[in-house]
Amino acid sequence: MNLTLKIWRQPDASSAGAMHTYQLADVSPDMSFLEMLDVLNEQLNEQGEEPIAFDSDCREGICGMCGLMINGDAHGPEVTTTCQLHMRSFKDGETITVEPWRSDAFPVIKDLVVDRSAFDRIIQQGGYISVNTGSAPEAHSVPVPRDDALRAFNVATCIGCGACVAACPNGSASLFMGAKITHLGELPQGQPERDSRVVNMVAQHDHEGFGGCTNIGACTAACPKEIPLDVISQLNKDLRTAIKHGH
Amino acid sequence: MDMPDTVSAAEASASGSLDGDYDDAAGYYTPGSPLVDTKAPDAPIAERWQTRKFEARLVNPANRRKLSIIIVGTGLAGASAAATLGEAGYRVKSFCYQDSPRRAHSIAAQGGINAAKNYKEDGDSVHRLFYDTVKGGDYRSRESNVYRLAEVSTNIIDQCVAQGVPFAREYGGLLDNRSFGGVQVSRTFYARGQTGQQLLIGAYQALERQVAAGTVETFTRHEMLELITVDDGSGQKRARGIVARDMVTGEIQTHVADVVVLASGGYGNVFYLSTNAMGCNVTAAWRAHRKGAYMANPCYTQIHPTCIPVSGSHQSKLTLMSESLRNDGRIWVPKNQADCDKDPREIPEEDRDYYLERIYPSFGNLVPRDIASRAAKNVCDEGRGVGPEVDGVRRGVYLDFSAAIERLGEKGITEKYDNLFDMYERITGENPFEVPMRIYPAVHYVMGGLWVDYDLQSTIPGLFVTGEANFSDHGANRLGASALMQGLADGYFVLPHTIRDYLADGPFEEITEDHPAVVEARESVKGRIDHFLSVNGTRSVDSYHRELGNIMWEYCGMERTETGLKKAIDLIRSLKDDFYRNVKVLGSAETLNQSLEKAGRVADFFELGELMCIDALNRRESCGGHFRGESQTEDGEALRHDDEFAYVAAWEWAGEDSIPVLHKEDLVYSAIEMKQRSYK
Repeated sequence: MNLTLKIWRQPDASSAGAMHTYQLADVSPDMSFLEMLDVLNEQLNEQGEEPIAFDSDCREGICGMCGLMINGDAHGPEVTTTCQLHMRSFKDGETITVEPWRSDAFPVIKDLVVDRSAFDRIIQQGGYISVNTGSAPEAHSVPVPRDDALRAFNVATCIGCGACVAACPNGSASLFMGAKITHLGELPQGQPERDSRVVNMVAQHDHEGFGGCTNIGACTAACPKEIPLDVISQLNKDLRTAIKHGH
Repeated sequence: MDMPDTVSAAEASASGSLDGDYDDAAGYYTPGSPLVDTKAPDAPIAERWQTRKFEARLVNPANRRKLSIIIVGTGLAGASAAATLGEAGYRVKSFCYQDSPRRAHSIAAQGGINAAKNYKEDGDSVHRLFYDTVKGGDYRSRESNVYRLAEVSTNIIDQCVAQGVPFAREYGGLLDNRSFGGVQVSRTFYARGQTGQQLLIGAYQALERQVAAGTVETFTRHEMLELITVDDGSGQKRARGIVARDMVTGEIQTHVADVVVLASGGYGNVFYLSTNAMGCNVTAAWRAHRKGAYMANPCYTQIHPTCIPVSGSHQSKLTLMSESLRNDGRIWVPKNQADCDKDPREIPEEDRDYYLERIYPSFGNLVPRDIASRAAKNVCDEGRGVGPEVDGVRRGVYLDFSAAIERLGEKGITEKYDNLFDMYERITGENPFEVPMRIYPAVHYVMGGLWVDYDLQSTIPGLFVTGEANFSDHGANRLGASALMQGLADGYFVLPHTIRDYLADGPFEEITEDHPAVVEARESVKGRIDHFLSVNGTRSVDSYHRELGNIMWEYCGMERTETGLKKAIDLIRSLKDDFYRNVKVLGSAETLNQSLEKAGRVADFFELGELMCIDALNRRESCGGHFRGESQTEDGEALRHDDEFAYVAAWEWAGEDSIPVLHKEDLVYSAIEMKQRSYK
């Protein structure tokens, strides 16, 4: 199929960007979206134009490195990562717009590449259980009810791609944060630091410039791992409890 | 290190100093002095690790703050080491090329992690895990290291559970286990099909906790491009730092430390197409190799039989599907070439060739990975492959579930394989309930890597290597659910003990930016970058990488022969020459430039690829993932030659215009008897 691509180009963080239009012919429906961009880049290289920078690594939907706004949707029209989106989801002759993640807290580095280091800094503020190597008790010493383990697992599948932020009109990272709060809060090992975790992570979240949650739900709709919205309720509940406890 | 002998291969052959009657690789290398691991204590195997931990010198907590450690890579082996050494109080710098440490490719491991917990009381033990791993590696791994791996495996599970890794549990709240990779006990811990992800997130969180504590500094979007080695005054060169490029600003930075750890993963991407992530590369390891670290058994590659086939020349990577699919699927291709482009449902039973069932009647579709992979390649080479034609060949075979669907119903199949059927449909657009799946083998792990001793130290003092980047634990073939185990064993429980013995002699002499060794390393990096940007040729980096990958896959893939390997070496050499003269890299060195990043990686893949072929040429036996056409039984099974090849081939870089030097480390088994693998 033949496509018209409108793609955001921006030389670096400090320069202004603009949409550029490219024509691409003979696109196979079996290509992934990123392979389609690879082919475009080969074509640009051939023509002497610098290839378009975009992030990707595992290309099997698990590392969270890729992420593009495609026709205004985070990761495009399917519930999956950009790397697992295939061109059969598009039509011959279609015009596709491609932009980087939309969020002030994720500044553009170049073209479609953004800086998501704010996520790492949120995790640094409590997204862990403090246990030094070697000090762990025998694994079976603390049984975990199966349902709790299951819920913890389901939300721990978050890949930290940032689609929730990009999709949210408020630019909130509450889904990302709620997933971690819920994952660790469901487990007995996560209890000792439960209060401080939520308080410190929320403070960092706000400090990074992410917006507040107003329960729109665009985040969970865009989430390639289908993290449910109720992790944000859990986040709010944990925050209330922590405040009650005097944090 | 002993200096190599300088006799040529031909002279050595003539004087009879080489093993055996023939040497396929004669002329391609120089024989060197034998190599010995001097760090494993001379104690019964079960006591070696305890003994070493006791003998390894301690570093006073107050002194640890004065000692600095560089760790390259943030996968399981790197992140776990950075976290643990940070907790111990050392000053750690952690580097990764991704935008966050959490993205390293350990995250993609699906199946699980082995540990000798014996929770099922089914006869498992440290010794049995050790035995299975050595046997699975086809008796080409180092006994001491593997025993230790099995020994610390149980600690890993304790540590991960305490970190909040949500392993699968039974109704009583205790951990669930499954059996994996054809072993007879259930010792694999798992988190659905995302075990690697959950373990890596655990290690990543421990790492970020140390960042907050101020013991670890992370450098994301940074790529190590050179190792800095410095003469310590006694003529001994030690690893003292790295040159890294800030991939966002292009700045070439020098980072100096008392010790350097490479946890930089495997080099499967030398084949261009593999199940590795796009960015996986050999550069960190290869730069260290060029500075004196020996590369061991580089030809040992694992090829997985059940991957989703290539759909066109645009293909950028391959995706693995769990091997469990072979339990219910039947593998076939059409008997007649003319049927290859037909709808498979219209090909009658009598025109189908269930080739595994035909050739291996007793094991059928469940033959080991290497046999299944090689057989698929053979039928496709005969022109009976199915699926789209890519570069004139159809590379795919059917994995047909229609009989199983009839037997178990769609519901039964969904319960067993749900996410795999979905994943297949998402990638191919075909519903495997209606049309047979198509599969093809793909490279997904390398057992070879930098040579290390029992302490995980390379042949360069002060350079340690962990995880897939080293060679030590899997021999010629890795068992399922063992890669995660090794990465975390190295990082959490082995390296932190062995590295302190080295650091006990530190802090070492301060190295400044204007030290000649630092200047030399930085200038060589700048020189390479300038070269790539100034060639201004006609071909893209990717096109060279793809061509190199084809050569490797064709001649150094599932089946290797003397003629093929020699041809590959010639092809690689001329392709490499062309690359340096004709590559086209646009853009500048001062911004994010992904073509430039790839150019450096591909340049190193050329040299690695050549060494892999030489290693494969030297090893005229079949073992594990390495199959030499010249060394097989009448039935086409791999044939080992323990009398000649029970050694680790450790290769020394001898310079740009010289052939490599081969050092052999003899493999001695005291706790296990070597046996020929059999599955008939």
